[in-house]
Amino acid sequence: MNATATFATPVSLEKLPRHAHATVAQIDWTRLSVPEARRLRELGFDEGVDIEMLHRSPFGKGPIACRIGRMTVALRRAVAASVRVLPA
Amino acid sequence: MSILPLVALVGNPNAGKSALFNALTGARQKVGNYPGVTVERHSGRLALDDGRPIELVDLPGAYSLDPSSPDERVTRDVMLGRQEGERLPDAIVVVVDASNLDNHLRFTLQLIALGLPVVVALNMIDLAARDGLTLDAAVLERELGVPVVPTVAVRKKGLEELKARLSGIIGSGALRVRANHGHVDEDIVTLQRRARALSVKATVAETSGRKWTHLMDAIALHPVSGPILLLGLLFLMFQAVFAWSQAPIGWIESLFAALENGVTAALPAGFVRSFLTEGLIAGVGAVIVFLPQILILFTFILVLEATGYMVRAAFMMDRLMAGVGLSGRAFIPLLSSFACAVPGIMATRTIDDEKDRLTTILIAPLMTCSARLPVYTLVIGALIPNTQVLPFVGLQGLVMFALYVLGIVSAYIAALILRRTVTAGPSSGFMMEMPKYQWPRLNDVALGLWSRALIFLKRAGTTIAVTVALLWVLASYPVAPAGVKQSEYSVAGRIASGIEVIVAPIGFNHDIALSLLPAMAAREAAVGAMATVYAIDNPEDEAGAGKLAENLRGRWSLPTALAFLMWFVFAPQCISTIAVTRRETNGWKWPAFMVGYLFALAYIAAGATYWAAVGLGL
Repeated sequence: MNATATFATPVSLEKLPRHAHATVAQIDWTRLSVPEARRLRELGFDEGVDIEMLHRSPFGKGPIACRIGRMTVALRRAVAASVRVLPA
Repeated sequence: MSILPLVALVGNPNAGKSALFNALTGARQKVGNYPGVTVERHSGRLALDDGRPIELVDLPGAYSLDPSSPDERVTRDVMLGRQEGERLPDAIVVVVDASNLDNHLRFTLQLIALGLPVVVALNMIDLAARDGLTLDAAVLERELGVPVVPTVAVRKKGLEELKARLSGIIGSGALRVRANHGHVDEDIVTLQRRARALSVKATVAETSGRKWTHLMDAIALHPVSGPILLLGLLFLMFQAVFAWSQAPIGWIESLFAALENGVTAALPAGFVRSFLTEGLIAGVGAVIVFLPQILILFTFILVLEATGYMVRAAFMMDRLMAGVGLSGRAFIPLLSSFACAVPGIMATRTIDDEKDRLTTILIAPLMTCSARLPVYTLVIGALIPNTQVLPFVGLQGLVMFALYVLGIVSAYIAALILRRTVTAGPSSGFMMEMPKYQWPRLNDVALGLWSRALIFLKRAGTTIAVTVALLWVLASYPVAPAGVKQSEYSVAGRIASGIEVIVAPIGFNHDIALSLLPAMAAREAAVGAMATVYAIDNPEDEAGAGKLAENLRGRWSLPTALAFLMWFVFAPQCISTIAVTRRETNGWKWPAFMVGYLFALAYIAAGATYWAAVGLGL
């Protein structure tokens, strides 16, 4: 895990390609509103968690869907942009 | 009367709580897959294995004790003994989705920490197995320190053990919530990490799962096939409402015709017979005819909800909704509003953002609800020529489609304006869990439909019957002298003449003015009212939709008919909608605003249409 960290650089979750797996590296809570931050935590977002990009909404800047733990979660790109992930 | 011990069902959305509640109590309530579908208090009684009766209450799904929507607030307040009208539970059953322990155990830990007696139902253990997940309930029980029972609610598995474990803990624990549990925000992350560690411990074996859901989503959320599927489903839904309903509508019409003939034959001519045939049977029959269409519409909505597809639709609609400052979540209440705005407005409780929710409530009445169908069908059938515009596309169908589209487009524009003026605020987010796909259970869909049918029939039997009966009396007396029309001479006719002064500039005639007041009780009562009035004016005619349409053709011009249709696209003619808006917004301010802006729109749109049509020489 640490070895990968030294090679890869974290990218925004929003930029993660479809079907790519990654680990949540850091979440910039200050970019989120209080309820947004809470909901994100409640849906299981946390540093060190596995994540996989599943779908992107067909309409331009629509939301994305990713797998986190054993759950599929949909969120808007603006929120996804505050999550930085390390591609596996 | 002694108070029964209270047991609360609590858990994350999509844990199968409602299904477990149904399985335990046999209660009639709907089961959906959409997170947070349970928004009202659902309670039922059952006997534990030792025969003791208890009351079971199904609380709204929540992610934590830190609420972000009104229904989650109810859950927290009940758990803390603060909810008005609910006593502190004597025990709680925490329902967790066995295939999503990581997430669901966090809330479980939070609930256990409250100190109330707890049993954990490890629910949907069969789906977890299907997903390649083998769990050890005993390990979980040891780690959590409370009883853990594997259950499959929809197959009624594990229920006996659950009841046995419940009777073991009721009355055992301290009936007081431990202090300092009003604020729990700070330790979500800590709890989450413990939950993940527990989940790993309880997992015996795991293969990559959710194959079916992934396969289905590859189609349902695909950039090309996804929108096509959604549009196809919506098209099928509306097609079904019109095409599949024809035969049952015919049966209901013959039934009421037979009923009327029976009454006519059995009773001597006079007050009672006229009241029954012209008033009640003509009026109520004209409304009940639409039961098949309403049931077909609700079948689609219930099935889409139960399968889990509705959240996918919300996902795809989010971009479009974001354009007017709403979120994909608003799609579900708005789609329900095509059946009826009342459940639609109630479904907005799952929208966490207050301004977002308010906007959705304010535009929900613009979705063409099933109560407008009787009005549209009658007027279109009577006055729009049945010509073919294109192969398979008739003019009548096209007008009906245009009215639906007009409602949607107006709602979209209204939201855009509202979000920049009266409900202005930061744009709300869209963040939601996508549940696994599931087969809809016939039983649950049937129960949901049955309760809808009951509501509709009750309304036809009470509100509409009373309105129509009252109107019949008002329209029958005083009896007009020869040569004067009864519908103008009577009390109702004179009231209508007063209304006519206001609505004449937008092309409405005396008949329409007469139907607008009863239509406030329910839109479809406009049809019943006209049926009653024409039956009074022409007592020798047989009643029936055909006769009513014939009467309209003789008395209405095309511009008047078009103006009337436009009026019904916008006018908030439904007391139930106004009442539910008052309840959901806690006051008269927003329902008053809603009624005001919609009536203004209706008046302007109907007037513009009338004068444009007259100008075009239609």
